[in-house]
Amino acid sequence: MEICVNGEKEIFVPPATIADALAARGNDVNRVVVEVNGGIVPREKFVQTLLREGDALEVVHLVGGG
Amino acid sequence: MDDPFVVGGAALKSRLFIGTGKYGADSVIPAVARASGAEVITVAMRRVDKGGQGITAHLPENLRLLPNTSGARTAGEALRLARLARAAGCGDWIKIEVISDTRHLLPDGYQTARAVELMVREGFVPFPYINPDLYVARDCAGAGAAAIMPLGAPIGTNRGLRTKEMLTILIEEIDLPVVVDAGLGKPSHACEAMEMGAAACLVNTAIATARDPVAMAGAFRAAVEAGRAARLAGAAAARARAGGARASSPLTGFLRELARN
Repeated sequence: MEICVNGEKEIFVPPATIADALAARGNDVNRVVVEVNGGIVPREKFVQTLLREGDALEVVHLVGGG
Repeated sequence: MDDPFVVGGAALKSRLFIGTGKYGADSVIPAVARASGAEVITVAMRRVDKGGQGITAHLPENLRLLPNTSGARTAGEALRLARLARAAGCGDWIKIEVISDTRHLLPDGYQTARAVELMVREGFVPFPYINPDLYVARDCAGAGAAAIMPLGAPIGTNRGLRTKEMLTILIEEIDLPVVVDAGLGKPSHACEAMEMGAAACLVNTAIATARDPVAMAGAFRAAVEAGRAARLAGAAAARARAGGARASSPLTGFLRELARN
């Protein structure tokens, strides 16, 4: 299935959770915040939240800034 | 001297906020934080690249985080970033930064004041970054800002207090801490801002891009402390007009008068 992650299309084999998507991208689960279709998903729900065809994921984290 | 800086429900000892952007190596940040004495440190939020490393590993644990909403072009986008920062564990403090002009990087006063309103409703403690404009500052204060953060000069320019006249007006008129943010290129700039009555300064570029960021952090710490002490001591009035010189030592009893007798 096709998921949009940070504006780019990525293919995942269902069933895939947010945790699966983050692992596939090499992202540290404990240091990212995730929005699915514009709503923030709490970190403790990453392992149970299944992704669906066409979902839009935003994966963000803290970076240096002033 | 007991001179706590009370802001956003906290009593701080340090009046220097530092940033985390533009460091040659982020691993120097903990040493910079120690040398600066800062208790507040800013961060930004961005999309994660595949396998990308953020700043979290380099953030000193004892500092209060002040995430910014850089990248936001509207009040709504700023609110979205504030929610993400809170979900990232940053707490409720948020530096509101709403900028759509990519050339001058000047903040949008209307959108910023609107963002303060939206964020206060959700329990955030907003620190709006603004042009030093009296009406924008009043709008932010009226909407519930914890402090205002007017710029001294365009961000990243290191040009000092180019907005001095307007900053003075805000310090006199706005009943909130004024944290001078942006443009402070040298410790003397920060010192002057504190002498003028600013409550605190935020410095990023000038420390991060110094040849020795740790030493520069110490220099800014000393400058902010000196400026604050001078403010509390009551600075002597400047004499602007020509011929205004006043001797510090007595003008009588010179030895030459004795020699002539």
